[in-house]
Amino acid sequence: MLIVKSLCTEYPGDRGEAVRAARDVSFAVPDGKLFTLLGPSGCGKTTTLRSIAGLEVPKSGEISLHGKVVFSSAAGVSVAPNRRNFGMVFQSYAIWPHMTVYQNAAFPLQVRRDRPDRKKIADRVMRVLSAVALDDVAERAATKLSGGQQQRLALARALVMEPQLLLLDEPLSNLDAKLRERMRFELKRIQRELALTTVYVTHDQNEALALSHEIAVMREGRIVQIGSPREIYERPCSRFVADFIGTTNFIDARVIEENGDDRCRVATPVGALDVRCLDRMHRNEAAIVSVRPEDVELSEQAPEAGGADAVRAGVVDAKAFLGEHLDFQVRIGDLVLLARAHPSLRTPVGEKIFVRLRAEKCIALRAASAGP
Amino acid sequence: MSRTAALLASSMRLPLPEARWLVIGAAVALAAWLALAPLGFLLWQSLFTPETATAPGEFTFDNYRTAYWSAETLRLLGNSAAFAAGSASLAFVVGTFFAWINERTDTPFKSAFFALSLVPLIIPAILFTVSWILLASPKIGIVNVAVQALFATDFVVADIYSMGGMIFVDGLHQSPLAFLMMTAAFRSMDPSLEEAALMCGAAAWQIALRMTLKLAWPAAAGVFLILFLRAIESFEVPALLGLPVGIEVYTSSIYQAVQTYPSDIGLASSYAAALLVIASLCVYAQSRTAVAAEKFSTVTGKGFRPRTMRIGRWRYVTALAFALYLAIVVVLPFLVLLWCSLQRFYVAPSVAALKDLTFDAYRAVFAYPVFANAVWNSLVLSAASATIVALTTAVLAWIVVRTRLPGRWLIDDLAMLPLMFPGLVLGLAIMVCYLNIGIGVYGTLWIMLIAYVTRFMPYGMRYNSTSMLALHKELEESATMSGASWSMTFWRVVLPLLKPGLIACWLYVVIVSIRELSSSILLYSPGSEVVSIMIWEYWQNGQYVELSALGVMLIASLLGLVLLERFASRQFGVASPGV
Repeated sequence: MLIVKSLCTEYPGDRGEAVRAARDVSFAVPDGKLFTLLGPSGCGKTTTLRSIAGLEVPKSGEISLHGKVVFSSAAGVSVAPNRRNFGMVFQSYAIWPHMTVYQNAAFPLQVRRDRPDRKKIADRVMRVLSAVALDDVAERAATKLSGGQQQRLALARALVMEPQLLLLDEPLSNLDAKLRERMRFELKRIQRELALTTVYVTHDQNEALALSHEIAVMREGRIVQIGSPREIYERPCSRFVADFIGTTNFIDARVIEENGDDRCRVATPVGALDVRCLDRMHRNEAAIVSVRPEDVELSEQAPEAGGADAVRAGVVDAKAFLGEHLDFQVRIGDLVLLARAHPSLRTPVGEKIFVRLRAEKCIALRAASAGP
Repeated sequence: MSRTAALLASSMRLPLPEARWLVIGAAVALAAWLALAPLGFLLWQSLFTPETATAPGEFTFDNYRTAYWSAETLRLLGNSAAFAAGSASLAFVVGTFFAWINERTDTPFKSAFFALSLVPLIIPAILFTVSWILLASPKIGIVNVAVQALFATDFVVADIYSMGGMIFVDGLHQSPLAFLMMTAAFRSMDPSLEEAALMCGAAAWQIALRMTLKLAWPAAAGVFLILFLRAIESFEVPALLGLPVGIEVYTSSIYQAVQTYPSDIGLASSYAAALLVIASLCVYAQSRTAVAAEKFSTVTGKGFRPRTMRIGRWRYVTALAFALYLAIVVVLPFLVLLWCSLQRFYVAPSVAALKDLTFDAYRAVFAYPVFANAVWNSLVLSAASATIVALTTAVLAWIVVRTRLPGRWLIDDLAMLPLMFPGLVLGLAIMVCYLNIGIGVYGTLWIMLIAYVTRFMPYGMRYNSTSMLALHKELEESATMSGASWSMTFWRVVLPLLKPGLIACWLYVVIVSIRELSSSILLYSPGSEVVSIMIWEYWQNGQYVELSALGVMLIASLLGLVLLERFASRQFGVASPGV
């Protein structure tokens, strides 16, 4: 179990001022799980990862793995990064160009204090190279590898030391889209098979959703929400999270009625809607309703309004054909909603169309905590 | 653990092992001593009377009074300014013109011209000057002799011993540098800016005037300042061409003050102080223009293809101009040295003299008692200074580029400080410094080694910073995460990756060390002569043919080294700071 407790890291900015990159970051990663730090650039996710690695020395906080403290400001402990035995894959891969594939992968074993003998090193290196399907190019110069191969070599180099913890800093961001998708599955398979405790940093929400056991969304140095991929996507706790993960529609609203546990009724520019609210909300409170485009159901004939669902008539403002689906911009009064529909729906621009919003899929967020 | 220990641990970026601090400390201390000690002693000396056997030095402002409070002052300042401005202008105009031809027009044989135009950079200033004396001195100059023979007059067409001659020789000698720097400036300009003007309907000349020139302006100002600075620092040309006819500039005055008996080091130091002020103003102004130039250079290197203008029939004219230029700066000087070296005593070329060709001069050079020693000294000095410079600046560049140590910019400034010292001033400063510190290096090879290392430290810093910046820091961090210590990382990852840059840096320092004259001239003593000093001595003794023979051999070996350096630079894409 990796435990990070109220971690604060600063670094000097361009003008010598202290930039507070990570503020009071706390989380725990159970053994064998993949934990993702997700956020826009500059949110402090990489700084947090580098603090765990020991490449940055935090200002305060505590980091421990399996009960062994590697950093603690209170106890004055700071284990050198080269003594932590954490494997790390860098964003640039950092493959040493003056070495062969084999030499790159063997380096961590060669510089160890308890350096294994030649035979053992060769064994372990070849085993890990074949795990990432690079054993047949072991003697090749590292610069001759393709992007995907370099990425796998970087992973092999991190794995060969049999690390207690694997740190991945945007490992897929330098690959092209197709390859990225394939490597995503590959990475997931290896992580699950070896049951390696892993911290993963990315700004790509799809990657985070596809790979993680748990995601922490970060913003301006702080964690704003921790949860499973499904929780984060379906029940974002703030406008920022809803906006950052996937695409969404926001509708300004005001609470007019509380209906039990997690339901309430709100007034919006398109009339009253029944929605879900995760926090307890009070009457007359300003709110924002988030609806994912795939939850905005379209039809040319008026659907029957069942129970708490709302049906509105609108006009197709614009549409874009994207192959797998079709994006519609539907105007209802002054409000424009983005809807994602099956490509078989062929309503022309300017025609009337019906929109159904299920109460289940409309999430009310507190406007005050929602941020800009 | 105590609170202070915790604070200490958190104030360091990485927990640091011993070896790292030792290496870093040694490199920083070396740079600080080399850059600051001579400067301090120089300023101190300028405020004292010369020390003699009977009287110790006394505090005085007399040196400054003599240097700056007499009719001489204005003349000296005027001469220096006229010489530097003239030489810089000539070099700038010639260099910019040919750079524009080479970069922006479809002149034929461009790549050959480019390669050849780098050759004059190799020829040491003293040899270039001597060759022009042989070509255009009033009495023995080939040009004058030929014209006088042709028209049977005693009219002197060209007198090299004049302000005009000094400007001509120094300007020409510097023009390849201007060419190189302006080529770089033109190359770093985004061609799409000019293409946009073209699409707006502008004509070629409008583009050249309103886009190319305007965009190159900040870079051009920087180039001019560098040329001005180098002309101010130039020693060989004013010493060989100016001194015989009494045209003195700062550098030759310093030399005179040291060489007269009894030597007036205090006076020389106060002249040197003025030169330092001028030089630092130039360096400061140049750094300001560099910032301005940065804004305009937007080329990332991606998809960049230089665009050339079709200039039609004019391209034969420009090609001819280029060929003529090369003849004047490369072929003619080298041929005249070669001719001279094959004679028994100097005569202008003629059919009659062709029969007397001989290798005697070369034999004489080899037989010269100092020769073997001088060559050995040159080799040892250049190899040693190059090694020290390359390794020390590698560590310094690492500190500046990689760490977040507070005050690391100071290290950069320290290492670049010697750039402000004109060679002669540095020689003087080091002489004063080690005359006063009795550690027994004065008059030995060691003092010259100190001078060379100091003088060329900035170049090493430039080479290594460039390569270090090109190295992604994650390459080092991944070694650390693999469990390697700092020394292990530096030794197994950083140095091997810097290797091509280090080799290029090493070769470059070897080349400039072998050519070095203006610092050595004040520091050598019998037994510690180097090859460039030997050339100087030949000149003093009037042994022109031996001088030419040695010069031809020196140019040939420098050419070989330069080719090697270019090759090494290309291996890693390190920009050479210009020979």
